[in-house]
Amino acid sequence: MQTPPTNDGGTNDSGTNGTRANGSELVRFDKVTKRFGGTTVLDRLDFSVSTGKHVTLIGPSGSGKTTILRLLMTLVRPDEGTIRVDGDYLTHEERGGQLVKAGDRHVREVRKKIGMVFQHFNLFPNMKVLRNVTEAPVHVLGLDKDEAEQRGRELIELVGLTEQLDKYPSQLSGGQQQRVAIARALAMRPQVLLLDEVTSALDPELVAGVLDVLRDIATTTDITMLVVTHEMNFARDISDAVLMFDQGRIVESGSPDKMFSDPEHDRTREFLSTVL
Amino acid sequence: MNLDWNWDVVGDFMPVFWEGVAITLRALFLGSLTAFALGLVWALALRSPYAWVRWPVTAFTEFVRNTPLLVQLFFLYYVLPEWGPSMSALTTGIVGLGLHYSTYTAEVYRAGIDGVPVGQWEAATALSLPRGRTWLAVILPQAIRRVLPALGNYVIAMLKDSPMIAVIGALDMFGEARNFSNETFTTEAYTIVGLAFLVIAYPASLLIRFLERRLVLTS
Ligand SMILES: Nc1ncnc2c1ncn2[C@@H]1O[C@H](COP(=O)(O)OP(=O)(O)O)[C@@H](O)[C@H]1O
Ligand SMILES: [Mg+2]
Repeated sequence: MQTPPTNDGGTNDSGTNGTRANGSELVRFDKVTKRFGGTTVLDRLDFSVSTGKHVTLIGPSGSGKTTILRLLMTLVRPDEGTIRVDGDYLTHEERGGQLVKAGDRHVREVRKKIGMVFQHFNLFPNMKVLRNVTEAPVHVLGLDKDEAEQRGRELIELVGLTEQLDKYPSQLSGGQQQRVAIARALAMRPQVLLLDEVTSALDPELVAGVLDVLRDIATTTDITMLVVTHEMNFARDISDAVLMFDQGRIVESGSPDKMFSDPEHDRTREFLSTVL
Repeated sequence: MNLDWNWDVVGDFMPVFWEGVAITLRALFLGSLTAFALGLVWALALRSPYAWVRWPVTAFTEFVRNTPLLVQLFFLYYVLPEWGPSMSALTTGIVGLGLHYSTYTAEVYRAGIDGVPVGQWEAATALSLPRGRTWLAVILPQAIRRVLPALGNYVIAMLKDSPMIAVIGALDMFGEARNFSNETFTTEAYTIVGLAFLVIAYPASLLIRFLERRLVLTS
């Protein structure tokens, strides 16, 4: 067991191996190991996030935070261990009592519960803002075009970009592009939203606008969030729990107040002193 | 042989010259469409996860790219009909040009597809876009946009190779000029046709350069 006991807010210790996830656990990692080449990036990682909670992952560069989000988004696959989302195995399937690697269809279904916003936005440059937001609802959820556009407009309004509806991403500032990316992810109505350093590619004066939108979403919706950020004030404001990572393991976890004001581990204190 | 320039000969050549121009442009247009479409098929097949798809396509495109167009035209026109369908000289010419150049456009598409940032694939995955939709709506529009000038350059190259279809009997500009010159024992027609190639190709290459610059500016 790698995880120190954590009962603060969002995370539960996974002391009950082999038993069924309890009802309020939306995301659960069980002994997840990920290697790249010869290096073990995540080492039998256990953690879980309860429905509706906002959990922030902090830790030095290279500690595996992005890898955790990319595992959840199925952009990389675990070498060992399992990930469950809303009780369903993400990249595994139960077949005849055995746990086997899941087929594409299964992965696709479970993945629909997850949305992600990337550091570099990754908007589709060949589509206007509105179509960036409606493309997946139309072609994945099967909404008809009018309905998708109406929802798209609402989301674009939510992120404050109604004026930019008809522009191409290249005509927008980085901050505006990232807000479109947030709208695009929300348009799929995911249960979990993954945010990977979404402001770290932005010019400093554009960061606040994006964080305001995210604060708004965190307080007005019941979406579950996994957040990787270096914006510690933001993390403190929106998080139910903070996990401190180092070398692919959770060093310490707790409420934001405790983690930021009175961390137990030297490693956490040391890290926070470099970013606060 | 008459080496003096004679405008009467030019006047006599004009009616068939225009017919030849129409055939050349038709062969170029349909040949390009064929090359664009088939090249895309090859490029996608070469990215197939299945070796039994990739392997024959690799062999075929390498073979076609590394043998002369002229030989391919003769093969299509004289040998293929022994087992398969026989096509008119013009149709054979169009198929030959299209097939030959498809092996080049396939490489162009490949480079274009490889040039689409990996983040675009990841965004498509994160949105659960189906594979077909990812190609159609996300990857190909970006890939093709950035290779338009390269595709255009191959259209010009095809134009310059197009007189080869005359050797199997298609009456493009060059075919018409050859027939006319042989019948009248004159040479003016060749000069006219040479100039006609220049008049088509030069503005086209200027257009491509313009396109190239615009793409650089807007991306
Ligand atoms: N695709 C990859 N190939 C090889 N190594 C990788 C890859 N992705 C991440 N890594 C390595 O895994 C480690 C953890 O990376 P990452 O999850 O990005 O950390 P963080 O987001 O905390 O900075 C780093 O050492 C990184 O170099
Ligand atoms: Mg990272």
